[in-house]
Amino acid sequence: MVRMDLTRYPWALSILRNRWPQFLLRAVTLAGFIFTILAGLFGSTVGSHNFAIIFVWIAWWTALKLIFIPFGGRSWCSICPIPMPGEWLQNGGILIPRGKGFGLNKRWPKALRGSWLQAGGFLLIGLFGALTLTSASVTAFVLLFIIVLAFVLSLVFERRSFCNYLCPIGGFTGLYAQAGPVEVRVKDAEVCASHAEKTCYNACPWGQYPLALKSSANCGLCMECLRVCPSDNIVVNLRPWGSDLGPKTKHRLDEAFLGLVMLASALVDSAVFLGPWGELKSAAYSIGSTPWFIFAGVFLFAAFVILPGFYVGAVLLSIQLDSTRITLRQSLAKYSQVLVPLGLMAWIAFTISFAFAKFSYVLPVISDPLGWGWNLIGYSNTAWVGQSTSLSLLLQIVILAAGLFWSSRVAFRISETPRVALPMIAFCGIFSYTMLWLLIG
Amino acid sequence: MFVLSGLLILIAPFPQSSKTPQKRLIRIEASSFQFTPGQIHINPNDEVTVELVSMDVVHGLSLDGYDFELKADPGQTVSATFVAEKTGVFRFRCSVACGNLHPFMIGKLQIGPNQLLIRGVALLILSIVAVFYSVRQIPQFQTRLA
Repeated sequence: MVRMDLTRYPWALSILRNRWPQFLLRAVTLAGFIFTILAGLFGSTVGSHNFAIIFVWIAWWTALKLIFIPFGGRSWCSICPIPMPGEWLQNGGILIPRGKGFGLNKRWPKALRGSWLQAGGFLLIGLFGALTLTSASVTAFVLLFIIVLAFVLSLVFERRSFCNYLCPIGGFTGLYAQAGPVEVRVKDAEVCASHAEKTCYNACPWGQYPLALKSSANCGLCMECLRVCPSDNIVVNLRPWGSDLGPKTKHRLDEAFLGLVMLASALVDSAVFLGPWGELKSAAYSIGSTPWFIFAGVFLFAAFVILPGFYVGAVLLSIQLDSTRITLRQSLAKYSQVLVPLGLMAWIAFTISFAFAKFSYVLPVISDPLGWGWNLIGYSNTAWVGQSTSLSLLLQIVILAAGLFWSSRVAFRISETPRVALPMIAFCGIFSYTMLWLLIG
Repeated sequence: MFVLSGLLILIAPFPQSSKTPQKRLIRIEASSFQFTPGQIHINPNDEVTVELVSMDVVHGLSLDGYDFELKADPGQTVSATFVAEKTGVFRFRCSVACGNLHPFMIGKLQIGPNQLLIRGVALLILSIVAVFYSVRQIPQFQTRLA
């Protein structure tokens, strides 16, 4: 498949090699992160007038799904501020590679590896989303908890254990980065094989060995391998979308669970935030009440039983139609690839209706970030009632159809024969129709 | 061919409704983050008078796609009339900050058939047909499909 190696361009190589541009971006995001926490704690309690709510849940969350992941894979992870303080301590400095810094440097427990905990974290976001997404102080406490947790874990465990195994957004970006158009790979495998020191692996905060990279799910695009390789044997490629999805890549059972959790969350968020059911919104918001427990039960039932049930059913049917004998566990893992484009496009479609209708709040909160009556750039009172336009609705339809096309194509590519793919295509069709009904119906 | 078919599905005109337009009075109660009723179905060209009643704090009602907005103080009823000239499904939203879930206080007005949903279903079906066609074009799949 066609690849464009960015390191062939001297200007791109010098930007990627130099630690300063990345550091400056991370410094900006860290400053923004701290300001967001302060705005959430001390700013207006009216969510639409508070920087914390608008910038985290409208601007950043939208940018992540519409720009960072579709055009840069895990590019957000390369400038994410959350692991920074702990990583500096681990490294024993700011602009230096991994070394002998501070911390116990223990290995993450084997039983807790994979993306199970990340999926659990994402479910928690969904369960408490109606409160977290609308309360500035709750958003601030969640962000504060996350950065403290990441810091404490970095003192105990090696490398970016928090990002690799706990961060729900890391799970989200990692899953969908497989469909993204950026990858870090090696130029010549022989060069790596003959290099005994493995400086790239030692320097990688994600614990990846570039020679073994077959998927971009766990590469945070930090570029440390590129910087420390003594043989200039690392490349950063622009590649066709979905390059990690196919018959040759290996996948795990936890990826299937993560993919299903993401699908369930997209459905539930669409129903709660964009649907006309007021009682559902109130139930999702009134945490601890009987309606909330019913909401939580239905949400978890959808995430643990309904969607996995349909998925397992589709995979079992595929196994029945397949002449090659692979186990159910292997098939569940293999077909998890189908969930990647399906979920990514569903989240993009959800975000379009969300962002188009709510983006009018962004300039006013830049003008008055704390809701204290400031008018810094003259846009304080310019928020209008957003609305879904014909264009945004048509765009959502096209994106859902593209997601169905893409995921069905992946199902075909990884199936032994075309008819083996049919149950999985039916699963994708049912999900796409449900999403369409929630967004357009 | 599939792109053209997709465009046709998205823009092809639908047959006009044969139902006679009526005058309708719709009373909508607005209370903490919900409109009651939250879903309303009317016919194209109906002359609709909306009565908005606020049950707790100040609420508004703004209808997507139409220049139509109402604001009601607690306990107050306000009304206005419009002609449902555009068909489709339109969200109506609270237009006055009324609490944390205000941005998501949404109702749904369906005028005539939901053309977008029909177009969407047709496009989903087309995308599955297109994927069958596209895998036929890849040499390694031609033997499998044969």
